[in-house]
This record gives sequence, structure tokens and C-alpha cells, in this order.
Amino acid sequence: MEQKTKINAEEGKQDLVITREFDLPLELLFKAYTEPELIEQWMGTKVIKLENKTHGCYQFETSHNGQIMFKANGSIHAIELNKKIIRTFEMENMPIGVQLEFLDFEKLTDETSKLSIHIIYKSERHRAEQMKLPFAFGLNMAHDRLQEISKQK
Amino acid sequence: MNLRRDVFQAIADPTRRAILLLLTSQSMTAGAIAANFDTARPTVSKHLQILTECELIKQEQQGREIYYHFNPNKMKEIADFIEPFRKTWEDKFNKLEAVMKSYSAKK
Repeated sequence: MEQKTKINAEEGKQDLVITREFDLPLELLFKAYTEPELIEQWMGTKVIKLENKTHGCYQFETSHNGQIMFKANGSIHAIELNKKIIRTFEMENMPIGVQLEFLDFEKLTDETSKLSIHIIYKSERHRAEQMKLPFAFGLNMAHDRLQEISKQK
Repeated sequence: MNLRRDVFQAIADPTRRAILLLLTSQSMTAGAIAANFDTARPTVSKHLQILTECELIKQEQQGREIYYHFNPNKMKEIADFIEPFRKTWEDKFNKLEAVMKSYSAKK
């Protein structure tokens, strides 16, 4: 099966591009990024604040059993309906730092659309930290499982 | 092996990336590799040592010479490493698509 989501991260650079084609009309794809209730559903995080306007800001927060697990925030530099969002993004308490994101929404057909996210990190090292995250998480999970298994014995 | 080093640090350096590129086409001796760079020979040796420690290249004795080989298996590990990152985005986007489809159906 062809991979729908593509990541282009060239070696030695501090940016990367994520592209994905959606089986959704352009308007719906854009809405998924601007309606708080919809963001909450697909991102699985609570939207504390979201101002869809130039120089607006946003805040996301996820808690589990009353404990805050994930906090992110950013400022919206520019927003153009069904076309683009330029914003900053920062995960709090993470060594990744602030990143600049260019989100481009494009119509392919009446029923399909494409999203390109160009992310620029502070340095190559910051980009590596971000990309390592799911990898490290996967390793931790495997490690935890290993410990569980060894405990049972 | 020095545990402070991992493959990602190894490929973070432009000279080391150039060395890897050279070795993809053929095995070479340290001297032949160093001839491609303006940097001092000990600097190149240091890079070769790091790449060897990270298993991105392998040494092989041929007569009196030591040849360096590229190790494609280790490079594959780097390619595999990007996959969990891609997968988290894929999962997120699949969710987005599903959420928006049910949203438009409800309207």
C-alpha cells in the first residue's frame, strides 16, 4: 500500500516537510484545523484557546487522571481561509524549542485535498529531538513490556 | 564502544557524511579517503574512528592495508528511525479524516 503521509527530512537541514492527501473537500480539511471541537476530536487534546486571526494565539492541553500530560502553545502569524496558516508551535517542557510552521491547504478535486506542513526548527539538533520522540517512546513501550514480562516470570 | 555516540551524531557532521558517500561506491584505505579532504590526516582518522564505533563503516585487513567498507544495514536503522515519526503523523491524519467524514455526514 502506498503511504499517504510523506515526510521529507533532508540530512543536515533544520527543517522538514510533511505532506498528506485527504479524501476530504478543501473546506472540511481547513475546518479541521480551525474549529476547536474538531481539533479536540482528532488531536485528542483540549483546546484552551484558539484565535483564528492574524497575531492571534492558541493553547492546547491534555490531562490524564487530573495530571497535565501535554501542553502546547503558539502564535498565529497569518491565516487565509482555505489556503494557509503560518504559526509558531511550542511543546512546553520539551527540549525541542519553538518551531515555525507553514501550513498550505490545496484543493485537488471537489472531494480531495492536500496539506503540506513545512516546519522550521531552531537548529538541526532541535529537529533531531523532535524526530526522535516517537522513536524513543516506542523504545520505552518495548522496554516497559519487557519489564512486565520479566516480572511475571 | 563509546555510548555517548550514536549513529545520529555520526551523520550530523558534514565531513563524516562525505566520507560515507565516498564509501558507498567503493572500499578505500584511510589514505585514499583523506586525499579527498583538505583537513589534516589525524582529523580524518578521528572521523573514521567515530564512524567505525557507530558501525556505519567496517574495517577489513587486506595484506598490509586496512580498507574501510560502508555498512548498509546500519544506514537502514537510520531510515527505520524516521518511520515511527511518520507513523504518528499518519495516525493523526487518519483520525482527522475519519472525524471530518462523520462531521460532514451529520450535517
